[in-house]
Amino acid sequence: MSEPTHGSTVEQEEVVLKDTSDHDEIAIETTGPDGSVLLEVDHVTLRFGGVVALNDVNFQIRRGEILGLIGPNGAGKTTCFNAMTGVYTPTEGKIRFKGTEIAGTKPHKINQLGIARTFQNIRLFPEMSAMENVMVGCDARHKTSVPGALFRIYRQRPKEEELPDNGIRRAFAKVFGISRHTLEERAGRRRSMELLRFVGIADRAHELARNLPYGYQRRLEIARALATEPELICLDEPAAGFNPAEKEDLMGLIRRIRDLGHTVLVIEHDMKLVLGVTDRIVVLEFGQKIAEGTPDEVARNPKVIAAYLGEPDDAA
Amino acid sequence: MSQLTAAYRGLRIGDRWDAAPKPVRWFGLLLVVAFAYYLPYLNILPFAYIRTDLTPSGSDWASVLFLVVVYMIVAVGLNVVIGLAGLLDLGYVGFYALGAYSIALFGSKSSPVVEALQVKFGLSEEWAVPFAACIPIAIVMSLVAGVILGAPTLRLRGDYLAIVTLGFGEIIRITARNLDGVTNGAAGITQVPTPPGPEIDGRQFFNTIDAERWYWLALTILILIIWLARRLEHSRVGRAWLAIREDEDAAAVMGVAGFKFKLWAFAIGATLGGFAGLLFGSKQQYVEPNAFMVQLSFLFVAMVVIGGSGNIAGVLLGAFLLTYLPERFREFVEWRPFAFGVALVAVMILRPQGLVPSRRRAREFEDRRHEAEEAAADV
Repeated sequence: MSEPTHGSTVEQEEVVLKDTSDHDEIAIETTGPDGSVLLEVDHVTLRFGGVVALNDVNFQIRRGEILGLIGPNGAGKTTCFNAMTGVYTPTEGKIRFKGTEIAGTKPHKINQLGIARTFQNIRLFPEMSAMENVMVGCDARHKTSVPGALFRIYRQRPKEEELPDNGIRRAFAKVFGISRHTLEERAGRRRSMELLRFVGIADRAHELARNLPYGYQRRLEIARALATEPELICLDEPAAGFNPAEKEDLMGLIRRIRDLGHTVLVIEHDMKLVLGVTDRIVVLEFGQKIAEGTPDEVARNPKVIAAYLGEPDDAA
Repeated sequence: MSQLTAAYRGLRIGDRWDAAPKPVRWFGLLLVVAFAYYLPYLNILPFAYIRTDLTPSGSDWASVLFLVVVYMIVAVGLNVVIGLAGLLDLGYVGFYALGAYSIALFGSKSSPVVEALQVKFGLSEEWAVPFAACIPIAIVMSLVAGVILGAPTLRLRGDYLAIVTLGFGEIIRITARNLDGVTNGAAGITQVPTPPGPEIDGRQFFNTIDAERWYWLALTILILIIWLARRLEHSRVGRAWLAIREDEDAAAVMGVAGFKFKLWAFAIGATLGGFAGLLFGSKQQYVEPNAFMVQLSFLFVAMVVIGGSGNIAGVLLGAFLLTYLPERFREFVEWRPFAFGVALVAVMILRPQGLVPSRRRAREFEDRRHEAEEAAADV
């Protein structure tokens, strides 16, 4: 899994450069690859008619951290997610990713910028195999379109190890190159397999997504999101419906995702998991931020205890 | 019926096909293609019963085969729109009509458009746009129509798109009927040109009598189109279409540019529909608006749905059955709508996924399964 790490470090360097030139306020806070602001939710308010789903919510996600977003049911966690991934446009306030305003940008453009997400209620492509699901994610970074796929026009000079073994084909590939379509398909398949192995479901790679067990589907969603090579990956209740052993696995997986160089935002109900895995936590209640800090600070915060932790059995 | 389908499933034709070594598959494919080219001359007894001209009132066998293949091209095109991208297009006949009308309007010596051009540029009365130039015109016209229709309407979903496209098909037909000065209205356009070719026995190569030549031409084009369609299906584009069909919002969040790929699907479908129309108009050598009634759109959709939407082999079978059976059993012509309705209901109840449903490519990854097992074992 050296490939994604390598890719994201390259992007990080570029980003830091861009930040310093365009946005002075962020440049001050940019101290290095870790700790600089990756995404900024800047006083966001979101209203649906008379309902205020988010009220002046304000927090930042720093590069390389695992941030937990928690709160009781209906606190606005998923709404906040949807605003960040382009599903909703905030009524007031701004959301900046790497210094660029992203509110109102189309979802697929936001993905290209480097934000990927999973869904609370699993939304895979049920009639596609697990591997194809991940390949759709890989395709986000590929360029082949209709002319390229039909006529294989964009040719690229292959590297030595990419040449086919067959003599005639080898000679052909040397003279005419290999089409971008073929190279991308190969790279996509390889990377999909790597990711499926990474989340631990490679043994059922060729089964239709809808036939996979629940836990596999949750992991597949994570693999698919990772395939788009995001800088920020947002997990919406990834442990919903998991038993304690599976939750333990998931905590390990989230840490490994961060170790690959991704920044992780996780919404979760399970307090043990959130306190165990996150670096910082933001607490929402009734659409307002009521606390922010390290897991220890949040766990001791009386407001949070009143709103959330105080409820018996909710955390179980 | 269920026993029949069970027996069919017991044969596991598809699985055996995929498991067969590559040379066997190529040889099998070659046999099928050779048999398809031989079909017009089919005269060996039990098989000859499938011919449609056994009774004096029957229709010309080669002409039926030609129509089957033209509708197969239509079905492959519509499969891209409905089967892969999941967009319900009920006005596909509009593109078919556009293809036929573009060759008629520009290629026929007697069309008002060509006559106007003759007068304007002082050309002889024998002049018309050559056949070879009519092909790109037809393709561009249907492609542009597809994009013009798609650009505003593809933002709609499901039922709304179906209603708009249904309207489009009717608009094309009614425009063709009422635009007397351009399309000759309900009288239609005669002298539609045929492809050039050497003269044999004092007749043109492509004429109204030797229909098998038309059939071979259409079959060759169909094979080419299937080859290209499969390339698309097994690429990033095909995956994007499937993802859009499965869950458009999730696809967008995963970086699939939904609108762009839907427009591509629409444009490709329109182009294939137009091309099929061009072949049809050229063979008939006569184009009139009543040949493009809205029922034809429903027939096209039925081919895709009955055959098995999303699977090329399925839609080919659908196109074959829905074109061939009514011609073969002409003597029961008054029962045709009834049989058609019963067949549709039966398929919907017994086999809603279509006769030959797409095995959703899960099997195609079979070869790579070993690869996967090795990879999993590496951990």
